[in-house]
Formats: sequence, structure tokens, C-alpha cells
Amino acid sequence: MAENKIKIDHVSKIFGPKPKTIAPMIKEGKSKDEILAETGHTVGVYDASMEINEGEVFVIMGLSGSGKSTLIRCFNLLNKPTDGAIYVDGENIVEYKTPQLKKFRQDKIAMVFQHFGLFNHRTILGNVEYGLEIKNMSKEERQKIAQENIELVGLKGYEDKYPDELSGGMQQRVGLARALANDPDILLMDEPFSALDPLIRRDMQLELLDIQERLKKTIVFITHDVNEAFKIGDRVAVMKDGKVVQVGTPESILEAPANDYISDFIKDIDRSKVFQAEHVMIKPNALVSLKDGLNVAVKEMQQNGISSVFVVDRGRHLKGIVTIDAAIEGIKQKKSLEDVVDTDVTTVAKEDYINDIIPKALESKFPLAVTNKEDKLEGFILRVHVLSGLVADDIEESKEYHGYYQATNNQTIEDIEK
Amino acid sequence: MGSFPNIQSNLGDYVEMFVDFLDEGLEGLFDLIFFISSRTINGIEAFLNFLPWWLFIILIILVGWYFKSIGSGLLYGLFMFLVGTFGLWDEMMMTISIVVSAVLICLVLGIPLGVYMAFSKGFSTVMRPILDAMQTMPSFVYLIPAIFFFGLGNVSAIFATLIYALPPVIRLTELAIRGVDEEVIESAQSFGSSRWQMLMKVQLPQALPTIMAGVNQTTMMALAMVVIASMVGAQGLGEQVLISINRIDIALGFEAGISIVFLAIIIDRVTNGVADRFQKHRRAK
Ligand SMILES: Nc1ncnc2c1ncn2[C@@H]1O[C@H](COP(=O)(O)OP(=O)(O)OP(=O)(O)O)[C@@H](O)[C@H]1O
Ligand SMILES: [Mg+2]
Repeated sequence: MAENKIKIDHVSKIFGPKPKTIAPMIKEGKSKDEILAETGHTVGVYDASMEINEGEVFVIMGLSGSGKSTLIRCFNLLNKPTDGAIYVDGENIVEYKTPQLKKFRQDKIAMVFQHFGLFNHRTILGNVEYGLEIKNMSKEERQKIAQENIELVGLKGYEDKYPDELSGGMQQRVGLARALANDPDILLMDEPFSALDPLIRRDMQLELLDIQERLKKTIVFITHDVNEAFKIGDRVAVMKDGKVVQVGTPESILEAPANDYISDFIKDIDRSKVFQAEHVMIKPNALVSLKDGLNVAVKEMQQNGISSVFVVDRGRHLKGIVTIDAAIEGIKQKKSLEDVVDTDVTTVAKEDYINDIIPKALESKFPLAVTNKEDKLEGFILRVHVLSGLVADDIEESKEYHGYYQATNNQTIEDIEK
Repeated sequence: MGSFPNIQSNLGDYVEMFVDFLDEGLEGLFDLIFFISSRTINGIEAFLNFLPWWLFIILIILVGWYFKSIGSGLLYGLFMFLVGTFGLWDEMMMTISIVVSAVLICLVLGIPLGVYMAFSKGFSTVMRPILDAMQTMPSFVYLIPAIFFFGLGNVSAIFATLIYALPPVIRLTELAIRGVDEEVIESAQSFGSSRWQMLMKVQLPQALPTIMAGVNQTTMMALAMVVIASMVGAQGLGEQVLISINRIDIALGFEAGISIVFLAIIIDRVTNGVADRFQKHRRAK
């Protein structure tokens, strides 16, 4: 329980005159439509369970009416679940009495709304300090904090304006600053960027990721836009008719959609913006260390049937690449490996999106080298791998491909490290 | 024969008995209302009489300038000056005292009632027909209990004015509070606001422009009552109109009448100007 920040445990939310009496029907497995037909009650959330980890961006996506808003509003009890429990830091918030709930909302959780929900009778500063004001913080202190958060979202100089004097994108920044001013652990965002036009939306997405990088909040983010979900989500939950139908990382959902609803949902997604270098790269089955020399290099290439091989130092940092021709020529001329190694290798980071790799793959005469944060060589990418990452149907095949190489490979790398 | 059979229901008699009962049972309450109303009127009148006439006119010009424009301010000043030349200055001050007192009491009673109606469906259901009755009942009718409770004089006038002018501010307050954007309410809730904080920091400020529209209507209705209220002894411009009717004095009637019109114009424009101020940073959704 300790490691997940939020745990949603069989939560249902039913709308209608007598929701409590309907809850048992869900346990009996009656569908949303059956319940509506038989009792006139609408099931907003149907037996949802999920766990959200500390510091992750957790996205809930689904079509309109699938219950996303109803669910996220349970997280701060704007909606009280009809059934089930919600644990935040191990405490069941559904059982909170008014004073506890007030404190929970003041200290732990804040929300950003689709239409911003700003107070148009207050200035930007007045909006951002609101959450602190109702905690009775002194004027000086709360304005200082509000000011910092206004600057964080890039609205310095707009403190004394009113919300209506700002553009939509700027208004949502105010919404974000207002939520952040309370320094909550958890940030709830219900389609925060849906009301913005596409260019502004993209800016806001990047900015959110940037802020998240710095502040490490636990973010629950709702969207009906798959591209947005996969771009910003560490993990994504897909909802349909009030049910949670799949939870997983964007890649895992793309690779193995749980059902047709999800396949349909993701068919338009731009895969090049979801898959990263590490998902398509291949671990090298042959590597040559500088001290090994040319003969070893040639032998490695012959054994593995390849025409070039990466050269690394003892720490597995990339030194360059050597082709079979250059190696043989070098042996004839009695040169060392260091003399013939070609350093003109294009490197990409493990986390780079395929979208960004495509131009590099086209220009480079060698395979692309993939490195991790410590600059160590992790794998390589051929043009064919880039393509396979873009086409959904090829996933199965390319998996086999991965498997084949990995089996022979790990061992080689370990050998070199010794 | 088409005439109605001789069945009598005596509803009026019962109402009379009820009013009698009220007068005896609630004597303390009526004394309190009398005390508060007369104090308010006297206080305001004393203040207005304390101001030199030219200072009052300058104040009116400034208020007009601040809320509308310098041109309007000067026009309002001219209106006041003209009333003075009619020889009705003191009467006008009296009328202003009565109207302002009535409006103040309307706000003190009306806004909380409106807020409570917005929060309680039951209370709202009970109040609606009462408000309808208050507005549609011919205003002469409640002059009678007014005299009964408070005797002839300004307080009766205020009481009658209250009944007539109170409904708009109550209704518009209820409407305004109910009309506050749901998402704004939720955002205030999501920060852990208490109900009181929600009301004072969010709902009332958000509702203010609409409430101001109610204040404007209430004020205009209070002004419309001055002639009728003079029948129960209210002094001021209304009394002059009444006198002129009795004497068939066209000159006085016109002067007093046009003075009331001048007041109405100034009060309407200024309260509208105040409402616009509040509206400034809120575009209609
Ligand atoms: N207050 C309410 N009373 C009755 N039914 C409601 C209420 N709120 C939501 N519902 C119903 O619950 C279901 C889920 O609605 P919800 O707003 O959670 O969907 P959503 O996924 O957020 O959709 P959208 O993308 O349009 O915002 C819908 O069928 C809706 O009609
Ligand atoms: Mg929604």
C-alpha cells in the first residue's frame, strides 16, 4: 500500500434517486444498460480499480460519457463514490468527515478544470492566492507564494489583470498556478487543455511535463485525445461505459490492446511519437573493444555475418565504428584499430522518439548508435527497425527479431565488460 | 337570474382578525421596526440637511462623473438646482431620506433572504407565492395594516414601500446565487473552502452584478411608491403631489412631479453605473 499514492478499490458511482440500492446489481454483474433500463439509474463509474504511483503522470482516457470526469471527481470527493474505497497514502478518504475532508483538499490535492473555473471577480494574483487565503495564511506570505507560482507558469507581469483580459491558454496557466500554489501532492486535471487550440495545447503539454520534471507531483490527467494521453502519460487507463478496460504504459497498450474498443481508439495514433529508440533498437551481438585490435574485429564480423561493428572503450562508451573493408585494409597496412575507426557515427538517446530519429536514420551511412544517460552504448537501430516501429501489424514479427538477437547478445556485452 | 347565490366567506374578516392578532402579539417586534425605521430616516435626513445645498449639488455632480461621465454629472447637478428653484429642496431631501432608508432596509432583509432561498429549495417554494402576492397586490391595500401597526407618518410609508419594493432584490439575489457557474463553485470547493468562505469569497462576489440589477429595480420601485406612501403620511415630494391633487394646483403638481422624475433619472443612472462597475471584468458567458 505504501508505494502507491492512490489506490482506487472497486469504486462505483451511480446517479439517480436511490443509488445505494443499486450498488448490489453491479456486484451481480448487471451491465450499465440493464441497470438503466430496469431502474432508471445511470452508472457513471462501474467497479473501477487502479493504483497510481507517487510521482507519475497517470492519464485516464475514454470517449465522451465513459465516466472519466465522474471518476476523477471521486478523487477529491466532489463526487462521493456510491460504493468502494479510495486510499490516498493508505487512508480511505471516502470515510473522511467534513473537517478531515477540508484539510485533505487544502493540503494534499488540487484540481485544474476544463473551463478553468477561475474567479473572474479576482485578479490573477487573487485567484492564485485563493487556496492559501482560505487556509488563513498571512497576506504577505501567501502573495509571495502566489507570485512564485505565477512566475513558474510564465505569467509574470499579469498579476493585476483579470481573467477575462487573458487568452484561453493564459487562463489555464492561471488555473495551473492556482492549483500548484497549494503545493499539493496530487494534481487532478480534467481535460485541462481541451478548450485550447492545438498549438497552444502543445505548448501547454510540454510545459506541464517540464513543471512535472521539476516538482514531481502525482498527476491524474484526463483526456479524450489519444495522442495527448500517450504523449504525457507514464501510464494510461482506458475507460469505457464507466469501466476501466485497460491500464498500462502507452507502449504496452499500443503493442497489446486489450480489445477492439482500444484498438479502434488507438488506430489513429501517431506511433512515431510514442515509440522511443529503446523500443525499436537491437542490442548488438558483437562489440569490439579498442584494446582488442583489428584481428578480433574482423573475426567478430565474420562470425556474426555483419559488415561493420561498433568500437567501445572499457566503460562501453562509444568510440566509433569499423567496417570490414577498413579493418582488412588496416591489417594490410599494419595500422591499429584506433587508426581505422570511423568516428562519424550518429548517436541517439534511448528516450528519443522515432519521430525525431527518422531524419537521422535517413542521413547516416552507418546504423544509429543508441546510448543511455551515462553515454554507454545500449543498442543500434537500422532503417528497417525505424519502419517496423511505425507499423502496428509488424509488431509481432519485430518482437521475434528482438528475441533472436537478445538471446545471443547479452553474453557478448558481458564478455566485453569483463 | 345569473347573480351569484348568497354564500359569504368573510375572508376579509379573518384577515382583519389576523392583523389584530399580529398587532397585539407582535407589539414588541413592531416597536422595534418602528424604532429602526424612524432612526434610519431621521439619521439620513439630518445628514442631508447638515450638508449645504451647493455641497450636495457638487457631490451629485461628482458621483455622476465617477459612475457615468462629466456631462451626466453636470446634468444631474442642474436637475437638483432646478428642484431647488421650485422651492421643493427640503421636500426632496425628505423623499431621498425615505427612499434611501427603504432601500437600505430592503437590502439588509432581502439579500440574506435571497441567499437562503438559493440554498433551500423548501424555503424557496414557500417564498415564491408570497413574493408574487407582494408584487401584484394593489399597493393601496397594504397601506391599511401599515397605518394600523405604525400610525400615520414616515414609518408607515417605509413599511408599505418595503412590501412593494422588497421582492426584486430577493428574487434577483436568489437567481444570481443559483446562477454562479458550477465549475467556479467546484473549484472553490476543491480547495477546501468552508461554506461561509464559499459564500463570502465566491458566491456573493460572483452574484454581485445581478444583485445590483435587483438593487436598481428595488430603488426605482421605492421611488414609484412615494406618492402612494404620502397617503399614509409620508412627507416630501409625494405629499406635495397629493396636496396639488386636492387643490387642483397644476403648477405645484407639475413641479413636484417633474422633481420626482429628476430623482428617478439620477438614481436609475447612478445605480446602473455602479452595476456596470461590478460587471466590468465579467463578460457574459
Ligand atoms: N450529475 C450527474 N447526474 C446524472 N448523471 C450523470 C451526472 N454526471 C455524469 N452523469 C452520467 O455519467 C456518465 C459519465 O459521465 P462523465 O461526465 O463522467 O463522462 P466523461 O467521460 O467525463 O465525458 P466527457 O468526455 O464528455 O467529459 C454519463 O452517462 C453521464 O450522463
Ligand atoms: Mg468529462
